[in-house]
Amino acid sequence: MSFASKSPWVIHYDGSSCNGCDIEVLATLCPGFDAERFGVINTGNPKHADIFLVTGSVNEQNISVVREIYNQMVEPKVVIACGICACSGGVFADCYNVLGGVDKAIPVDVYAPGCAVRPEALIDAVVEAVGILEEKAKGCAPKERGEE
Amino acid sequence: MISSLLVNVIGIVVFAIVAPVLGCLLGGLDRVISARMQGRVGPPILQPYYDVRKLLAKDNVSTNGAESIYVTTALVFAIVAGGIFYSGGNILLSIFLVTMGALFFIIAAYSSRSPYAEIGANREIMQVMAYEPMVLILAVGFFMASGTFNVGDLFSIDCPIICKAWIIFIGLLFILTIKLRKSPFDISMSHHAHQEIVRGMTTEMSGPTLAKVEVMHWVENVLFLGWVGMFFIWSNPLSIVLAIAVAFLAFFLEILIDNNFARVKWQAMLKSAWIVALVTGVVNIALLMFM
Repeated sequence: MSFASKSPWVIHYDGSSCNGCDIEVLATLCPGFDAERFGVINTGNPKHADIFLVTGSVNEQNISVVREIYNQMVEPKVVIACGICACSGGVFADCYNVLGGVDKAIPVDVYAPGCAVRPEALIDAVVEAVGILEEKAKGCAPKERGEE
Repeated sequence: MISSLLVNVIGIVVFAIVAPVLGCLLGGLDRVISARMQGRVGPPILQPYYDVRKLLAKDNVSTNGAESIYVTTALVFAIVAGGIFYSGGNILLSIFLVTMGALFFIIAAYSSRSPYAEIGANREIMQVMAYEPMVLILAVGFFMASGTFNVGDLFSIDCPIICKAWIIFIGLLFILTIKLRKSPFDISMSHHAHQEIVRGMTTEMSGPTLAKVEVMHWVENVLFLGWVGMFFIWSNPLSIVLAIAVAFLAFFLEILIDNNFARVKWQAMLKSAWIVALVTGVVNIALLMFM
C-alpha cells in the first residue's frame, strides 16, 4: 500500500458556489468530524495538495482559475466535484454565463451531489478519492514513469 | 585532536539516522497533543512519516532546479550541526552551521521567484534577525558559565550551567518559539494552521523538496531541544535523564503556547525578541562577569 492514501491533503476552491457547499466543506474539515484523524489537511497551496475540492459551477470567469489550480497540483492528484452545481451546473445549468459542471474544465474523478453537499457525502467522496489516488500513485510511481 | 574529529564524524552519522526518527515522533506527538488540546482525536502518531513518504512519491517539479539543491544543502547543514552538538563538539560551530542551513533555506525560497515565497523569505530573515542575538548570547553565556565551548566538557563540571545562566535559559525559551516555528512567532511559515498567504516560504516547494524541508524541521527540533537540555547536564550521568525531561517539558510548553496564541506582527516579534535578548543577556553576562 502506498502512502498516498494515508495523507490526503486537500485544497478547496469556490468556483461560483452560493457558499452553501463551502460551509459544508469547511464543516467537514472542522473538529466535529476531525478529518485530521485520517491525515487530511486543508492546504491553501495547490502545489501541496493531493485532492482538489471544487464547489460551484464553472463559468467564463473562473474556468481559467480552475484549470490553473489543477495544472499547478503535482501528480498524483484527484478532483472531487462537491455539490450538484459542481457536478452538473445544478439549478444554474441553463444560465447564460454558466458552462456547466467542473468536468467542463478539468477531469473529475468523484462526483459528490447534494444541495448543499452533506459532510457525510463529502467524507464518502474523499474515501472514494483516496482509493483512486492510491491507484494513480501505483500507476505513476517515479520509477515506472522513468521506464516508459 | 584527530580522535575528537572522529567522534564528531561518527556523531554526525548517528545523528543523521537517529534525529529524523526522533524528530518524526516528536512531530507526531506535537500534532496529537495539539489535537487533544482542541478537543479532537488527532492523527496517528506516525502521521508526519506518512506525509513525508507520500511527498517523496509525488512528482518532482519545481520552478527553479536549484531550489532542491539549496534545500538539500540546508538539510545537510542542519544534520552536521546537530551531529557536532550531540557528539559533544563545539557549540559555536554548531550554532554557525545551523544558521548557515537557515540561510540556504531562505535562498531556496527566494530562488523560486514567487512573490508569496519571497514574502515568506523576507519574514524568515526577520525571524533570523530576531533570534540570532539571543543565540549568540547563549554561546557567550555557555562559555562564561562552563569555561568551555565544548558541549562534551559539560559532563565534567560540578554544577550545571542552569545554576549560573538561568536568566539566559529564559531568553532561550523565548526564542525557542521562533526556532520551532510555533505561534505567535510562526511568521515565515506556519506549520499546521495554514493561515497565511498561500504557504509562506514553502509556497513553491512540492513533493520531494517539501519532504526534505519536513525532515530538516524534525532534525532542527531535536537539535534545539538539545540546547534546552544541555543546561541541566553536569558530572552526574543521571543528569541526562533530567535534561531529557526538561527538554520534553519545554516542548510541551511550546505546544501549549502554539495553541493559545494568535500570530503577532513581525515588528512585535523583532522588538520583543531583541528586548528579551538584551535584558536576559546583559543581566546574566554582567552577573557572570562581576560575581
